Amino acid sequence: MPVNPLPDAESLLASLTDRMRPAVGPATGLVGIYTGGVWLAERLHAALGLKLPLGTLDVSFYRDDFSRKGLRRNVKSSDIPFDIDGCDVIIVDDVLYTGRTIRAAMNELFDYGRPERIRLAALVDRGGRELPIAADFVGAEVVIAEGGSIELHRDAAGRLGLELTHGNAHVA
Amino acid sequence: MPREGWGSNLHTETRMWLDPANPQLNKNGELHHLLSLEGLPAGVLRQILDTAESFVGVTQREVKKVPLLRGKAVFNLFFEASTRTRTTFEIAAKRLSADVINLAINVSSQSKGETVLDTVANLAAMQADMFIVRHAASGAPYLIAKHVAPDIHVINAGDGRHSHPTQGLLDMYTIRHYKGDFTKLRVAIVGDILHSRVARSQIHALTTLGCPEIRVIGPKTLLPADVGRLGVQVYGDMREGLKDVDVVMMLRLQNERMNGALLPSAQEFYKYYGLTEDKLALAKADAIVLHPGPMNRGVEIDSSVADGKQSVILPQVTFGIAVRMAVMSILAGN
Repeated sequence: MPVNPLPDAESLLASLTDRMRPAVGPATGLVGIYTGGVWLAERLHAALGLKLPLGTLDVSFYRDDFSRKGLRRNVKSSDIPFDIDGCDVIIVDDVLYTGRTIRAAMNELFDYGRPERIRLAALVDRGGRELPIAADFVGAEVVIAEGGSIELHRDAAGRLGLELTHGNAHVA
Repeated sequence: MPREGWGSNLHTETRMWLDPANPQLNKNGELHHLLSLEGLPAGVLRQILDTAESFVGVTQREVKKVPLLRGKAVFNLFFEASTRTRTTFEIAAKRLSADVINLAINVSSQSKGETVLDTVANLAAMQADMFIVRHAASGAPYLIAKHVAPDIHVINAGDGRHSHPTQGLLDMYTIRHYKGDFTKLRVAIVGDILHSRVARSQIHALTTLGCPEIRVIGPKTLLPADVGRLGVQVYGDMREGLKDVDVVMMLRLQNERMNGALLPSAQEFYKYYGLTEDKLALAKADAIVLHPGPMNRGVEIDSSVADGKQSVILPQVTFGIAVRMAVMSILAGN
């Protein structure tokens, strides 16, 4: 096994927070995607001192691979505790890859109302997009080998860390 | 009922993809049909209840719909009338974006002499994806499940005296919602156990989920002879049976099945087995009261209890839609 070549998640989160700070305001609603995106969104929400309560999404009911993979176990409840109509939304996810999760998240958000704008924040962008989706705020771009996968973990103390399951990576 | 020589479009070969010991499950132990709660592992029951919890949120949104079953055709096959059950399945399927076709078969093809399997084969030829089956004969949904193509799913919406699994599941959901852990609960099921498919489903599910004490309360004439085999405690005296229970599950007195002189009168039943405020006071102070509906007020339940603060009868209806959404989406994905 190679040594974990991925960047430190905590320092990526710090730079992501700095990039987002000038772009948020009182009308900004943060929505984290389960599971990693919710962890990040909780931290961002506190660090940015946002007024609207934090929203969470489990996009399982909107995924485009339902007919092939079925329903995942342990589906969480989506919860948008603020009015989406006219809201300036930022979706937060851990790893941006094909863009399909983000499409599902946007579809779900529109079933809560009509947002004024939706932007996207991701801790890591690993390329490989299959849809015309781009992030507005990124911690780092990472290139990893085909077939590999990056996962965000949270330890008992609440510290975030990135882990590579297959292949090699380097920060672009 | 089955006959020889049904059409070649019916799948009569062995169900290779299903578990022979439990034809509701596929070889991976995943739910393919929902026919009965008997024999379903706790993991499958919990998966349904957990998924339903996520759907409760969907039903409270502005757009009460998710696209999971978009393009799928769900057929409500009701060989026995039940407006309420049919409606909740219809709402659940529509909230999953499925196309729903309602068929009240007792008034159409059956009266023209078509067999159940011919009816099903014809509907399957119309590209059905799921059949919701209600039938007066116990086992009818099994017969249909045995003969449909492998990509069609069957849900039992009540068959004879046998089973009503989605009702049992929504009862479990309701209990879990208000009481949490099943392993500390004392649950009483009251009334016409003999004719009740709901009671059987409830007993199986409660046992599987680890409920340590299940009591059935009713007159001897309305208890099945083998009720002890289900692992429950039997009470003839309601006041004794309700002592310190956490959950009271009332059953509907099946008036239409009362022709056999099993009971002297509805008034007498009310006197001994109707849930009144003073009888409910014997249960724990925070006990909840469930009823599958439709209620016979003044027969098995007093209005003041049905509308009282311990009643969770209307939340049961709301949860029932989320539970049926969960069952349909899990089946469609397996």
